[in-house]
Amino acid sequence: MWEKLRDDFYQNFIVDDRWKYITDGLQNTLKITFFAVLIGILLGFLVAVIRSTYENTHKLKVLNWICGVYLTVIRGTPVVVQLMIMYFVIFSFHDPGQVFTAVVAFGINSGAYVAEIFRSGISSIEKGQFEAGRSLGFNYAQTMWFIIMPQAFKNVVPTLANEFIVLLKETSVAGYIGLQDLTKGGDIIKSRTYSAFMPLIAVAVIYLVMVMVFSRLVRVLERRLQRSEH
Amino acid sequence: MKKNKIAVAVALCMAAVLTACGGTAKTETTKAAGAETTKAGAETTKAGAETTKAGAESSAAGGKLVMVTNAEFPPYEYHDNNDIVGIDADIAKAIADKMGMELEIQDMAFDSLIPAVQSGKADFTAAGMTVNEDRKKNVDFTDTYAQAAQVIIVKDGSDIKVPADLDGKKIGVQTGTTGDIYAGDIKDANINRYNKGMEAVMALTQGKIDAVVIDREPAKVFVKENAGLKILDEAFTEEEYAIAVKKGNTELLEKMNAAIKELKDSGELQKIVDKYITAE
Repeated sequence: MWEKLRDDFYQNFIVDDRWKYITDGLQNTLKITFFAVLIGILLGFLVAVIRSTYENTHKLKVLNWICGVYLTVIRGTPVVVQLMIMYFVIFSFHDPGQVFTAVVAFGINSGAYVAEIFRSGISSIEKGQFEAGRSLGFNYAQTMWFIIMPQAFKNVVPTLANEFIVLLKETSVAGYIGLQDLTKGGDIIKSRTYSAFMPLIAVAVIYLVMVMVFSRLVRVLERRLQRSEH
Repeated sequence: MKKNKIAVAVALCMAAVLTACGGTAKTETTKAAGAETTKAGAETTKAGAETTKAGAESSAAGGKLVMVTNAEFPPYEYHDNNDIVGIDADIAKAIADKMGMELEIQDMAFDSLIPAVQSGKADFTAAGMTVNEDRKKNVDFTDTYAQAAQVIIVKDGSDIKVPADLDGKKIGVQTGTTGDIYAGDIKDANINRYNKGMEAVMALTQGKIDAVVIDREPAKVFVKENAGLKILDEAFTEEEYAIAVKKGNTELLEKMNAAIKELKDSGELQKIVDKYITAE
């Protein structure tokens, strides 16, 4: 039993430096997730601000409409299809690199979900807070920035963290555009050694550890934010 | 039972339409339709009984033979009107007929085929699979049934003229194919592994990669369907295809070898190949 496991391990990770497929893949997964999260937050924040501004003041009608279309299209189609459209259709005549393509596709996708998270955060703050800000002489932007946003952010941290965990795991479809991410790295080993157990379990454990570490960090952040309430 | 319900529903719809057409013939029509329903129902039941009988017969002769393949690999296997057809599919059908068994074909990713056979989820795989040493450690191969080669597809006017020119180039392959494995030996190559051969070819036409290494026959199909591509005269490697069964399943292996030999001797195998590959 142990003999066989050791032999399997040797075959799947040591021979031909196969572990490099995993580590190279992990690098790409982290790269894609990190930059996609940045794009997602930026895009999501912008869209949420536009949408809530429209809800409160009925300004920015055209921008609000564009944002609505964006949310509908992105949330209405699977991310793997969006990724392939990005690679094979939108970037069909120019190759910015697979990692870049994936970052853009996942970033745009995540932005739609983050936008709704932020918007729900903003609308979770009582109207009274807003009115108080305005009556103290803040203008709209100042009220949003100094009073609403800090509270809204605190409310959405858990949901936001959840979205990033989902994003990290969703990048596992990056192999569809020939990109070697963590999952694809495991697939390549599987295609060389014809054993599914070791590479798949290794890949699963790595995702799990990443998510657990991230969740721990989020919990620390949440506690810090709570402390300011007292 | 479900069929019965559908038959009844269809009959009722027809009755309704007829009723709407002619008011006076109302009662009569309904009655007739009702009678027909019963009859149709009875027939369905009979058909069901026949199916059961056929099922019993096939299991008496050895049951179902499950084949796995990656049906993105013309002309060896591809989807055509919801069926998986091609040289491998036809050969497998002929072998199953010779063994008196029913053939079921399942489609999955190429790199999952050997694990599927190993774990017993499928009886064998026929997928334009090249015999090589690594694979032999994990499955047993039948006698080979086709000559094959890995060839290089490039764009017209490419500076890649012979296999040696691939050094340091961006090369597209299908994950887990022999093209993928051998491309790893190319010096400084940047290998892009796609799930499907067609996707690698698409990336080539879009200028994302410099060349695609893939089996000769699918390569011909891809080049024919995409303008501006060509296959280099010199092949990357020469190789042979065989069917793979679970390691140690000598009974099935011997039966299949016998069937393959019969097919070869009778010229049936060549006929199948000729059906899909027209001589140049």
